[in-house]
Amino acid sequence: MKRVKEALSNLIVPMISISFGFLAGAIIMLLSGNNPVTGYVALLQGVFGEIYYFGETLRMMTPLIFSGIAVAFAFRTGLLNIGVEGQLIVGWLASVAVGSMFDLPMILHLPLALLVGAVAGAVWGFIPGILKARLHVHEVIVTIMMNYVALHVSNYIIRTYMLASGQRSDYVSETASLSSEFLRGMTDFSRLHWGFFLAIAACFVMWFFLWKTTKGYELRSAGYNQHASSYAGMNVKTNIVMSMMISGAFAGLGGAMEGLGTYNYVQILQGFTNLGFDGIAVALLGGSTSIGIFLAAFLFGGLKIGSSNMQATAGVAPELVEIVIALIIFFVASSYFIRWYLNRRQSKKEGK
Amino acid sequence: MEYVIEMNDIRKEFPGIVANDNITLQVKQGEIHALLGENGAGKSTLMNVLFGLYQPEKGEIKVRGKKVEITDPNVANDLGIGMVHQHFMLIDKFTVTENIILGLEPSRYGTIDLKKAEKEVARISEQYGLRVDPKAKVEEISVGMQQRVEILKTLYRGAEILIFDEPTAVLTPQEIKELIDIMKKLIKEGKSIILITHKLKEIMAACDRCTVIRRGRGIGTVEVAKTNENELASMMVGREISFKVEKAEADPTDVVLNIKDLVVKDTRGVDAVNQLNLEVKAGEIVGIAGVDGNGQTELIEAITGLRKAESGTISVSGKQLTNLPPRKVTEAGVGHIPEDRHKYGLVLDFTVGENILLQTYYRKPYSKNGVLYYPTMYEKARKLIEEYDVRTPSEKTLARALSGGNQQKAIIAREVDRSPNLLIAAQPTRGLDVGAIEFIHRKLVEERDKGRAVLLVSLELDEVRNVSDRIAVVYEGKIVAIVDPKTTSEQELGLLMAGGKLEKAGESGS
Ligand SMILES: Nc1ncnc2c1ncn2[C@@H]1O[C@H](COP(=O)(O)OP(=O)(O)OP(=O)(O)O)[C@@H](O)[C@H]1O
Ligand SMILES: [Mg+2]
Repeated sequence: MKRVKEALSNLIVPMISISFGFLAGAIIMLLSGNNPVTGYVALLQGVFGEIYYFGETLRMMTPLIFSGIAVAFAFRTGLLNIGVEGQLIVGWLASVAVGSMFDLPMILHLPLALLVGAVAGAVWGFIPGILKARLHVHEVIVTIMMNYVALHVSNYIIRTYMLASGQRSDYVSETASLSSEFLRGMTDFSRLHWGFFLAIAACFVMWFFLWKTTKGYELRSAGYNQHASSYAGMNVKTNIVMSMMISGAFAGLGGAMEGLGTYNYVQILQGFTNLGFDGIAVALLGGSTSIGIFLAAFLFGGLKIGSSNMQATAGVAPELVEIVIALIIFFVASSYFIRWYLNRRQSKKEGK
Repeated sequence: MEYVIEMNDIRKEFPGIVANDNITLQVKQGEIHALLGENGAGKSTLMNVLFGLYQPEKGEIKVRGKKVEITDPNVANDLGIGMVHQHFMLIDKFTVTENIILGLEPSRYGTIDLKKAEKEVARISEQYGLRVDPKAKVEEISVGMQQRVEILKTLYRGAEILIFDEPTAVLTPQEIKELIDIMKKLIKEGKSIILITHKLKEIMAACDRCTVIRRGRGIGTVEVAKTNENELASMMVGREISFKVEKAEADPTDVVLNIKDLVVKDTRGVDAVNQLNLEVKAGEIVGIAGVDGNGQTELIEAITGLRKAESGTISVSGKQLTNLPPRKVTEAGVGHIPEDRHKYGLVLDFTVGENILLQTYYRKPYSKNGVLYYPTMYEKARKLIEEYDVRTPSEKTLARALSGGNQQKAIIAREVDRSPNLLIAAQPTRGLDVGAIEFIHRKLVEERDKGRAVLLVSLELDEVRNVSDRIAVVYEGKIVAIVDPKTTSEQELGLLMAGGKLEKAGESGS
């Protein structure tokens, strides 16, 4: 009973944040001369209206789940990994490199490509991790810089070594691809791929690792109280590095989802993919829990996919969807006030 | 209109527990009113209700005869109620003045008028005899000073009624004396004070009346002048308490802890422990007596692997432990009750159960191949909670939700249960009620009788004298004398602790 009540209160705050976000979006639509009802109906139709849209939403969710997990994982151990974006980019590049340059049977090729993507992300996470542990350099600064390094280095590598036609590399060979005729067929030829199920598995892995293993216990302990952790004999420094590497590995896998699943190639990026940055929002809204991240990724994925229909049928600018997302994040971030207000109301009611 | 504060029939519940069960507290204008009760009796909760941090389920509060609803601390501030919390709420990197004016900064042309603020702070500290350096950073001043800053903070906000939640738990005996003087001065200036403390001596010395609560219920209010320590103690616990520690003669055998020529630097790089030598044998309790800041903290941190030793050696049961990491020290059989329970002792956002397994989680049967077995962990936790009388709704409650004393009991349960060869107890009874203190002292003696070596570090001279078999006096990072608690006097100890020499050299053990 108590559990249920707690879970409910954990749900209620994000729900209120989301409602406020939509409400504010409606007001903006009104002010800009759109009908919010038609707008939101179009949004919903853009997610649930056709199986194709729904498949695309799940496809969109996939990297968001990974980047959300990456942010949440680091956050649980007391670290702010703003570098998920960069880790995702190098993971994307590395997985496609392996996927397009080798000839191997699928049973080896696909796992190898995924693994190399994860390792690349982990290496990108290792650098800020070791700098934090050894030299106390704040991870936020290093991870932000690492994002730029990732973007430009990967563009350079693509341009010099991998360019096939136009702005992109060769396709990855079929033995390394996550694409699935079966899933495509089921969803009216959306780009949904097997990676979606890997993302679900990743949610489970994160939950199991953090809450059921001794390492996860150590990492959470360090996240809450470093002094007590070292008092208890845990190696806080190693754990910082490890946490950043695991976080980076999840991010790298998120990149591999794009590289081996959605696109099957890498291209020269004009700017950041934003998948990594959106991961911060996903983790925040999801309260850094596995289930929360899954749901939040669905929401953000749905908003992104549905927005095109909003534009097409209701004439609402896609920028508006961006604004709604931003507003939801804003309200989640200010959830402290919502919580405070709820507490007050509750104690008032009980007082009567 | 005799009472400044009336709290009538206050009831406050938490999930699984009634923290305040129709408690009544009436405070007269101009008195120091003590609030006494066991750990977890509900004292802090009641004061948090008065300060607007919690809303009561039932009951009314009157301030100067007028019924009020204190919905948040701002309302309390406006009513002239100020609170000095047990765990300070200061910003380390700010100066004393900045901390005091935080939230109420005097401004000039949109910028903070620090000059004016400093003058005002100086004026208030002058008026009440609260000496502080307004320009010092909080991280650079002592705990006693920090407490004065907290008091000044409430006075700066115009508090007329001051709540002190266990202010003396973290203070040295000298600082306690000063604090009592300050409180008396505040009373003279027309303030009223509610004081929470577990130290009956302080109640006798400072307070006018005392309200006792037990397990959330009000037991009664007494005039301090018409009662004594024993009566207060039994009112509070519901049984007789013995203040004397019952123990047989010690029977020390092999040397367990052996420290030779140890040098340890403190955070500022000064030799805090300076060529220190000490032996603790199996089957004895050695108490370290000393004025705070003479290297006690650094000594313990060096033994437990939390701080680097510059030179010298530390061994336990013949095993070299010098500069080994904490895990190795723990595995060599060292238990450690740390002096700062919130910083080192507990992960407050972990459950009580998770905290109880903080050093053993990685071992069988609590985990296997890196996977935790929560059922076994919680079973173990339940057993210890029972055995050590930790008052908590369940082993799955967050450590944060426990009362201060019960947090301490959880730590003690964990450390003693590991059955270490050497048990280091730093301020083990800080913040505990007299019943719990009796229990802890008995545990320490029990451990000794099982043949373990116990190193006790405490700023409470009474505790050191009552529990120890030998007393090592530390001064400026050295053990300057070893004395027998049965033959030494408070004066003698005081002299040694201040760096003085004994006339007769007859009894010192080394
Ligand atoms: N925020 C909270 N949530 C749940 N339970 C709480 C909370 N705060 C206190 N409690 C419970 O209420 C009871 C009373 O706690 P309180 O802190 O008032 O005790 P106390 O008298 O101040 O004890 P101590 O002397 O140990 O500080 C305890 O059993 C405690 O576990
Ligand atoms: Mg308390």
